[in-house]
Amino acid sequence: MSAPVVVLVEHAGGEADRLSLEALAFAAPLAGRLGADVEAVLVGPGSAGVAASLGGHGVRTAHVVEDGRLDAYAPAAFAAALGAVVEARSPSAVLAPGSDRGTEVLAYLAARTGLPMAANVVSVESGESWSVVRQRWAGSLLEDATLDAPIRLMTVAPHVVEAPEAASGAAPDVVSHAPAIAESDLVVRVTGHEAPETGKISLTDAKVVIGGGRGVGSAENFAVLEKLAGLIGAAVGGSRVATSLGWRPHSDQIGQTGLRIAPELYIACGISGAIQHIVGCKAAKRILAINTDPDSPIMAVADYAVIGDLHEVLPAIAAEVRRRQG
Amino acid sequence: MNILVCVKRVPATGGRIVLTPDGQEIDTRYLGSTISPHEECGVEEAVRIVETHGGSSAVLTLGPAAAEEQLRDAMAIGIDRAILLETDGREFDPIATAAAITSTIRDQEAGNGPFDLVLFGNEAADTGDFQVGVRVAVALGRTIVNGIKGITVGDGSVTARREASGGGWETYALPLPAVLGVKEGLNLPRYPSVPGRLRAKRKEVERIAPAWSQTGPVKLGLRVPEQQGAQVEILGRGPDAAPAVVDLLERIGALGS
Repeated sequence: MSAPVVVLVEHAGGEADRLSLEALAFAAPLAGRLGADVEAVLVGPGSAGVAASLGGHGVRTAHVVEDGRLDAYAPAAFAAALGAVVEARSPSAVLAPGSDRGTEVLAYLAARTGLPMAANVVSVESGESWSVVRQRWAGSLLEDATLDAPIRLMTVAPHVVEAPEAASGAAPDVVSHAPAIAESDLVVRVTGHEAPETGKISLTDAKVVIGGGRGVGSAENFAVLEKLAGLIGAAVGGSRVATSLGWRPHSDQIGQTGLRIAPELYIACGISGAIQHIVGCKAAKRILAINTDPDSPIMAVADYAVIGDLHEVLPAIAAEVRRRQG
Repeated sequence: MNILVCVKRVPATGGRIVLTPDGQEIDTRYLGSTISPHEECGVEEAVRIVETHGGSSAVLTLGPAAAEEQLRDAMAIGIDRAILLETDGREFDPIATAAAITSTIRDQEAGNGPFDLVLFGNEAADTGDFQVGVRVAVALGRTIVNGIKGITVGDGSVTARREASGGGWETYALPLPAVLGVKEGLNLPRYPSVPGRLRAKRKEVERIAPAWSQTGPVKLGLRVPEQQGAQVEILGRGPDAAPAVVDLLERIGALGS
């Protein structure tokens, strides 16, 4: 058996995070070609329970580090925990989800080991030399590169592979680790939480997302987007123009410097489609563009389009939805 | 508070990225350049912190001679001094970049005292390596948190907050000296004033030649991803298109039961 492919699996509330399941799906064919196993690493409270559920995601062995001092996320300490497993297992590669935490923890491990790290990898070929394709400009450009090191560190770009439903699979062997964690690694940790606004639907979880850009015209005009969103349980976001002009809070920005969304349907309203926005929404299953300009760049990535003024089209859609909902 | 903010010069891309014929870089002939967006907010934050708490600010970049433009942009909105790690056109990988910045910080601190806070962008807009700030912090033995969209300076510490993955915010307290990777949304950067620009023009830029090395990933070339060949289906024009749109919503089950 070749050296394993180790995947950092983030989890919360007893469930593995979606991007981590994508990373496991990404790891499976790589491990297959290497003739190696996929092994997961889970850190923090609840790890053992989540670990036991990963058999259906191709995990043969799950390493868990549950230590009362890791109840709150601490970047350096989580990296130390991952590092201890990596040292014990000498894997050929360590993969992390391309999330804030996954990227941060892997970067710490890279810094401490002096190993190179490739961020947001979309494909990998192992061989004498390993080749990776990775995202630059948040995916507007792809870079072909080589990544050669005793252990290859990679984050997996969000939404390039689907996280499949769990197949039936034997529960993995769950191995507990109790690595030494320096007090200095626990100095910086999450010390407070502010709950999200109640009743607000998260842009990254919503089935339908309605986005507004320059064509919306003002903060007040977002009301027509909100109204339709309210009827169909959609979340509302904006382009960088909309957030830079203060029409929407920055946390609602879809794009390179904001969120990457992957809903069933993205409705882009009055958005021309700069590449910085497209990279944030292109993982949507379907894109509907509502725009007065049939030649705007958004049309090149849209599956459906309505040519028209969003201020007239959205209320008409809302009226039709209400009529059918009875 | 003495603050160092590290920035990167990147092309100001708009609708479509065009590469040079050899596929090694973006064709920048018709593009301007800018400070990478997250770092623009880092510059603004450094100026605001010094305005409120006193101290001094410096801006550093690793890049070609032309990156002097971005250092002067930063000084035009109020950064006190600038350091250019001037490259010879070769691309520096994240390990080489971090090593050059770390060594410069050590030299600067030996002469001028410590930087209480070093700010990086969460990731550079162009290469998107997501690791240089962490590598520098680890080499300096300082703490770092990335993705920061709010900074409050306290006595001997900073409180920083970032968006939590499940919504809402999470907060961190870091003893000084510390390093933060910041994100756009931290603030709304100001535009430079004309007097600010004139002042910035007269200031010295300290130049240092950084050592190049290559560990990886080693770039072979760049390419523009193929667009999925989806042909757009026009559902209609104006409000008359509403029934077709609602049909679509119905098909994906968005209307509920």
